Amino acid sequence: MIAGKLLKNISICSVVLLIIAAAFVGIGCVDQEETTAEGESIIIKGSDTVLPLSQAESEEFMLANPEHSITVIGGGSGVGIAALIDGEVEIAMASRTIKDSEIENAEANGIQPVEHVIAWDGIAVVVNPENPVTEITFEDLKGIYDGSISNWADVGGEDLPITVITRDSSSGTYGYFQEEVLLDEEYRQDALVQPATGAIVLEISQNTGAIGYIGYAYLNDEISALALDADGEGFVEATPENIIAGTYPLARPLHYYTNGEPTGLAKEYLDYVMSPTGQDIISSVGYFPVN
Amino acid sequence: MLNRQFREKGIESLLFASGAVAVLALFLLCIFLFRDGLLLFEDYPISEFLTSTKWFPTAEPEHFGLLPLFLGSLIVTVGAILFSVPLGIAAAIYISELADPRVANFLKPVTEILAGIPSVVYGFFGLVILVPMVQKTLQIPTGQTALTGSIMLGIMALPTIISISEDAISSVPRAIKEGSLALGSTKWQTIYKVTVPAALSGISAAVMLGVGRAIGETMTVMMVTGNSAVIPGFPSGLFAPVRTMTATIALEMGEVPQGSDHFHALFAIGSVLFITTFIINIIASYVKRRYRFNL
Repeated sequence: MIAGKLLKNISICSVVLLIIAAAFVGIGCVDQEETTAEGESIIIKGSDTVLPLSQAESEEFMLANPEHSITVIGGGSGVGIAALIDGEVEIAMASRTIKDSEIENAEANGIQPVEHVIAWDGIAVVVNPENPVTEITFEDLKGIYDGSISNWADVGGEDLPITVITRDSSSGTYGYFQEEVLLDEEYRQDALVQPATGAIVLEISQNTGAIGYIGYAYLNDEISALALDADGEGFVEATPENIIAGTYPLARPLHYYTNGEPTGLAKEYLDYVMSPTGQDIISSVGYFPVN
Repeated sequence: MLNRQFREKGIESLLFASGAVAVLALFLLCIFLFRDGLLLFEDYPISEFLTSTKWFPTAEPEHFGLLPLFLGSLIVTVGAILFSVPLGIAAAIYISELADPRVANFLKPVTEILAGIPSVVYGFFGLVILVPMVQKTLQIPTGQTALTGSIMLGIMALPTIISISEDAISSVPRAIKEGSLALGSTKWQTIYKVTVPAALSGISAAVMLGVGRAIGETMTVMMVTGNSAVIPGFPSGLFAPVRTMTATIALEMGEVPQGSDHFHALFAIGSVLFITTFIINIIASYVKRRYRFNL
């Protein structure tokens, strides 16, 4: 009787252990790079700005070439470049150029980062549609973001305090905007920091005094983009034509970084992204093709 | 017979192993957290970290000032406690002393459900409903303020406070309450002169655990408090955006270069948080033990 119970207990225990073991084995399998006879696999990691683009490209690529497998992971430009430096991934996505310190780290690890511009992204400066301001100079924009201008009346709007919104410092867009508009000075300390572009859009659509910046792909009817004047040459609207023509001042390249010149599947994939088919996908996701 | 002994021993050692795993995990967590946090102070003075009022992690030169983040956490937590403690204790008194048993049996699980709602859902609700409401009601530039975070956190801390306070109030011996009633006190006098003071240790512990929950909450706070790293005034800071320690870690870890000063600064914030909640928990358990029915 007791022996029977014991047997039952032992069998239950062993089943549980088996399940746990199987789970671990499963986890172990996920990271295995399976190389079949004709198919290869690569990992692409990095910027969340470039992520939707890479996902769309890799899905189409794998439909056309089912023997290959491409894994796309987000996490931020810095994370992707760090993974490339550690030799964990074949391609790093970045919405900013690689820093000198990162190049030094890479070379210390025997990695030679090579830059590929795969698309362009426009950054729109957006306000609430009820805000009468429709255009702004870079000088005023810098004032708003560094803290010297705090009321819409100072830039031709109503008497209303400005709620300044930025992304967090882990966003590539944050760094790009700081370079281009703030000329590498610090953002004002009391700016609202939003963890995602969606949160910026939401706050601006609810708050008449708010101003923020977002990727062009995120523009919708609930917010309106300002025309910008970078150098006194006149105001330029944030339209696809102006971004592609290069007249809109806040357009930035999106990058892939590889270790040395790409080979094998990485090269095949990169060629696909740069092909007319690949560049059409870029337009459909809301970014702009490389001319 | 031998089998039975064997089984007992087996079960005993299995349980011991489970307990040991928890302790070991905590121990390892401490080691890794503090090791990476302390590395910051090799090239950044600790006095600067504790007293500087600027948090500019990506500037040249970098400023890692804990003060605005610590005070941000503090003001949001204090606000949450001011909001949830009176409400929670009142609810606990009602459930354990006044409510019809059927109502109480319905109310208790309902408050527990509040604890089961994912924090991102609270955050989303706060962002879409509460933020515009606060802005319009108070006529302030933005609704993403410490107050908004406090209200959300207060709601999230309620289940902890209610259930633990309720247990404490229910466990007050009947003899004490009946003695009070026998001496001619009304029901209300008994509650606030006898029952609640007798259960004070449990209620204090509940409040402390609520504080611990509020300080550690990340997602909700990050979504609704605006995350400006400024030193909040008191009480004016309640109506302005603040940034908490937890939100800073969550916001910045995505892009931080591994092994940089900024990376270690985030670990240092984590260490401070860990120590803070650890102290709060110790105080809570001490209070609970020390003041049992101290009439």
